[in-house]
Amino acid sequence: MEQYEPDRLSPAQVAAMRRSFRSGRAAMTRRSLLRASAGGAFAVGGLGALSACGIPAAGNTQGGVSAEDHSAKEKTVNFSNWTEYIDVDESEKHHPTLDQFKKQTGISVKYTEDINDNVEFFGKIKPQLAAGQDTGRDIIVLTDWLAARLIRLGWVQKLDASNLPHAYANLSQQFREPDWDPGRAYSYVWQGISTVIAYNKKALDGQEVKSISDLLDNTKLKGRVGFLSEMRDSIGMTLLDMGKDPAHFTADDYDAAIARLQKAVDKGQIRRFTGNDYTSDLTSGDFAACVAWAGDVVQLKADSPDIDFIIPESGYMTSTDNMLIPNKARHKTNAERLIDFYYQPKPAAELAAYINYVSPVDGVKPELAKLDPDAANNPLIIPDKAMAAKSHAFRSLSAKEETAFEEKFAKLTGA
Amino acid sequence: MATLTEAPPPLSPTAPEKKPPRRRGRFTPYWLLLPGILWLLVFFALPMIYQASTSVQTGSLETGYKVTWHFATYWDALADYWPQFLRSILYAGAATILCLVLGYPLAYLIAFRAGRWRNLIMVLVIAPFFTSFLIRTLAWKTILADGGPVVGALNSLHVLDVTSWLGWTTGDRVLATPLAVVCGLTYNFLPFMILPLYTSLERIDGRLHEAAGDLYAKPVTTFRKVTFPLSMPGVVSGTLLTFIPAAGDYVNAELLGSTDTRMIGNVIQTQFLRILDYPTAAALSFILMAAILLMVTFYIRKSGTEDLV
Repeated sequence: MEQYEPDRLSPAQVAAMRRSFRSGRAAMTRRSLLRASAGGAFAVGGLGALSACGIPAAGNTQGGVSAEDHSAKEKTVNFSNWTEYIDVDESEKHHPTLDQFKKQTGISVKYTEDINDNVEFFGKIKPQLAAGQDTGRDIIVLTDWLAARLIRLGWVQKLDASNLPHAYANLSQQFREPDWDPGRAYSYVWQGISTVIAYNKKALDGQEVKSISDLLDNTKLKGRVGFLSEMRDSIGMTLLDMGKDPAHFTADDYDAAIARLQKAVDKGQIRRFTGNDYTSDLTSGDFAACVAWAGDVVQLKADSPDIDFIIPESGYMTSTDNMLIPNKARHKTNAERLIDFYYQPKPAAELAAYINYVSPVDGVKPELAKLDPDAANNPLIIPDKAMAAKSHAFRSLSAKEETAFEEKFAKLTGA
Repeated sequence: MATLTEAPPPLSPTAPEKKPPRRRGRFTPYWLLLPGILWLLVFFALPMIYQASTSVQTGSLETGYKVTWHFATYWDALADYWPQFLRSILYAGAATILCLVLGYPLAYLIAFRAGRWRNLIMVLVIAPFFTSFLIRTLAWKTILADGGPVVGALNSLHVLDVTSWLGWTTGDRVLATPLAVVCGLTYNFLPFMILPLYTSLERIDGRLHEAAGDLYAKPVTTFRKVTFPLSMPGVVSGTLLTFIPAAGDYVNAELLGSTDTRMIGNVIQTQFLRILDYPTAAALSFILMAAILLMVTFYIRKSGTEDLV
């Protein structure tokens, strides 16, 4: 696709612009666009477990199960990540930061973009991990609640802190103590994701949107409001709006939030619950306002001046995508060195200049300012104090709670 | 009726009688079948058995799943999700009828009237398959956008007032309504209707039409008494090829629908991937399969075309 690219822009700005024409972290596919995965998972899972006729217990092996570490002999690491979630050079074939890593350490990275959707990817790796086999991957990147589940199931390995000096020193305070992995024994953040309210000025037609309550109650927006099919984002934002803390809420609070949303669904206020495909609804004006991921909105804004976002007075949700080392990975040390590499301010800045998510690395700002001053001052990429103070995380759920909550949320979205 | 379809056999000189070859490989047919049977066994029968076993298991991811012959899963699933079942059958049925209404004239045109355009039209019918299912469905979001020309035209013609009153649409929009989902299904499965219809129409001997004309049948009568009955195999296989996948589809409901248009495919997907309730997901799949099998059997019996499928 030929695109007009002004030549006065810095390489980083050009990159940002080009990226905005394509999907962001797999804008179209990320959460909801479901390949025919359910059937496939049945078929694949079927063979492994048929002999037992039943699925064996997950067997919580504290600290994970390591395999013999081939890191010293095989100078390679297999890195599975989401689509469009790393820097790419002009030719679209190389990832400059990964090339630098190879230069620094001599380890080559086999980078695969095979994660499109958390639940779908879980379905894909579950049979191997449950059977205690190597998945062929040394690093996987998963959103916090799924990372929490894998840690809970004992399917990922404890990290060796001595290989992670930069990561330990530079991880920003905001991400240090998630309740599902205190002190980051198993996981390090790849990028943070902020959930905000996005709107299309033209479609709002003079209406003002400042909070989730406006989305749910303003009858002028009836049928033109979108929420996310990601339970924690939609419910988290609603809980905040109701004055509850998503980090410490009770089952009753949860039910109240569901009831609040259900009322809006019944009235026809909420048009749809979407995955990443809300971006097309928002640009076309079918959504006047919706709950959205800030990284997408930064990109949409570059394309269309009508689109903007606000951060509600009551706060916003932040989740993270985390790097994990699955059980039986062959190159654990190499994987840890790669994690550590991305916690040096320079590579972190190069990554942040290319993808517009929240950088988890302290000290990235001066480096980013050299590459792309606008990005360095964008609170969505590097949160300032005021921003960070409004950020909230969803508390981790027990297995039972997770099932019950997801079921209620599924009923809300039409099952 | 079957005799009518066959054109008179051309007169051919009687072929010299050959001695039947010595029956060397009595098992050859079975060897030839082996790859197919293995394929079916590995990719159909085994997953099926596994799925059946899953549907009567209980447990959780943490404790593992054990076969407890918990058949109540089926009743619970049906009790909870019968509206989505009903909706799936309704939407798939509506889409099938629409496909037939739209596809039959086109297949007829290609078979009898297209002349040298035949190949071009066939290519046009198949062309959408060159892009992915998802992209095609997403394109409908652009076409039917609230502020778009299509919805604008429907609004000014007051069509949407009628469909709203019927409950097919909500307010003055088409997207995120049942109508959009049915339209999406119709569009996506239309070629599956047209192709079998075309094949069976194309096989009809043109002389039969002439014969009907010679017997003073009006064109309408010719169609009713000759063409349509002879195209029944195409109608039956076309409707099956449309209805069965449409009933299990979840992409259209996901992208073009709303909370009140979710189909059973969406429920199974949510149960399997999100809630991790594998038994319920497996039970729902089996119920769907059984329901479709029953309906299809009944349909084939009724349409009297056992020998065609």
